[in-house]
Amino acid sequence: MMSLDFIWLTFLRLIAALPVTIEVWFLSILFGGFVAACVTWMRVSGILPFSLFARLFIFIFRGSPLLIQLFIIYYGLPSIPFARHSFLWPFLREPFYCAVLSLALCTAGYTSEIFRGALAAVPRGQVEAARACGMSGFLLFRRIILPIAARQALPAYSTEVISMTKATALVSLITLWDVLSVALKIRNDTLITYTPLLIAGAIYYVFNYILARVFVWLEYVVSPHLRRRVY
Amino acid sequence: MRLPLAIGMSLIAATFATAAHAKDWKTVVIGMEGAYAPYNLTDSSSKIVGFEPDLVQDLCARIKVECKIIAQDWDGMIPGLQAGKFDVIMDGMSITDERKGQIDFSAPYANAPAGFVAAKDSPLAKLASNGKVFDLTKSPAEAGKALDELRAALKGKTVGVQVSTTHATFADAHLKDIATVKEYKTTDERDLDLKSGRIDAELDDYPILAAVLDQPDSKDYAIIGPQFAGGEFGIGVGMGLRKADADLTAKFNDALKAAFADGSVKKYSLKWFKIDTTP
Repeated sequence: MMSLDFIWLTFLRLIAALPVTIEVWFLSILFGGFVAACVTWMRVSGILPFSLFARLFIFIFRGSPLLIQLFIIYYGLPSIPFARHSFLWPFLREPFYCAVLSLALCTAGYTSEIFRGALAAVPRGQVEAARACGMSGFLLFRRIILPIAARQALPAYSTEVISMTKATALVSLITLWDVLSVALKIRNDTLITYTPLLIAGAIYYVFNYILARVFVWLEYVVSPHLRRRVY
Repeated sequence: MRLPLAIGMSLIAATFATAAHAKDWKTVVIGMEGAYAPYNLTDSSSKIVGFEPDLVQDLCARIKVECKIIAQDWDGMIPGLQAGKFDVIMDGMSITDERKGQIDFSAPYANAPAGFVAAKDSPLAKLASNGKVFDLTKSPAEAGKALDELRAALKGKTVGVQVSTTHATFADAHLKDIATVKEYKTTDERDLDLKSGRIDAELDDYPILAAVLDQPDSKDYAIIGPQFAGGEFGIGVGMGLRKADADLTAKFNDALKAAFADGSVKKYSLKWFKIDTTP
């Protein structure tokens, strides 16, 4: 009932859409990570307005479904005439930028909490020892806090990065031709229900598998002290 | 994927292959979206009404079966049919050769011309072909002229269509090289983008466009420019049935023939579409 030709052609069409998925994913991870770092800094800064803003940001973007955020940013914002006439419109007009914006904000909500957790878990003794050696301020952060926190954040952060590849599948809602949108189109054109979805699923799986291996390798590289010593 | 795809597919197919045996049809369940006005829509009392509900109740009376209409989202339409959750799909679904590989279609019961909705001051309004219907198959020369005029007016513009429709096929064939074609999952999302200015015109069939203009914030828009039939738009929309139920398809085809003959289909068409869409 299913010809190999169809499977192969579907595979080729889905692979051709993979760059869009990867671009959206990569840019939202990049900008999301930057926003998350800022939000984390605000959250732990001890300055009340900053910390309140960070709490509100996390509350909104971690607390509501990404689908709704995407829909509001792409379809909702232009319904305000002001947004349509602002300098931002050429940017908001494009589904690609809307997708990156909403995915970046959403992942920033989760990632900033991962960063905060990792910061909080830096042992006090390490910080005290560094201070005893005369380090303070940025030097203390760069040499001691950041390396330890980054290492501790890695496992949770890798999960977030992998779950983001799956979140990109939602952009089919806003007319972007990512892997899932193409699979859905093939499905609607041919009424063949499962094959395009299974092939799309396999593509996401392989991509995520590679990502997971990269993170395992990264963890290995940054944790030499946990490796079994070879005498 | 260690499990060969073929095994996975056949497992899934086996799970869903239920209603293969010939039935003594007493009740027939019809699946519709209930959100494709005016083909089918959900009224304020959550009842599904529209052209297709009226038509199918008429047809069911003719073949003496009881018909029950249930709501089914488009994404689950084919799996729902194959799983036996309903026996017939009626959802403004265009009959195409590609789709005939998976399901059977009845004879077409509606074939509305396709047109454009755009802002009232759009350049489409000034075309000589404005408001006229051209048949791409029957009079290709005139249709070709109208198409050239249309292409000149749409140069550099953005046109919105619904994904996997004959309108998307038409736009791919005739507009993609001069305009940007955007494909939407639902007509609702496309309408939002027309009003936000992301697209300059939308291409769809006449009844759907008329329903768009009925929306409260549509006063600046109109159906303008040429309208087309035939060609990529195919033979129209039909009922989708399981390949195993050829007997039911035949019954509905007979009933459709009778309903065309006594003017019933035309009556429902005029009631819901305001124009005659009988193929």
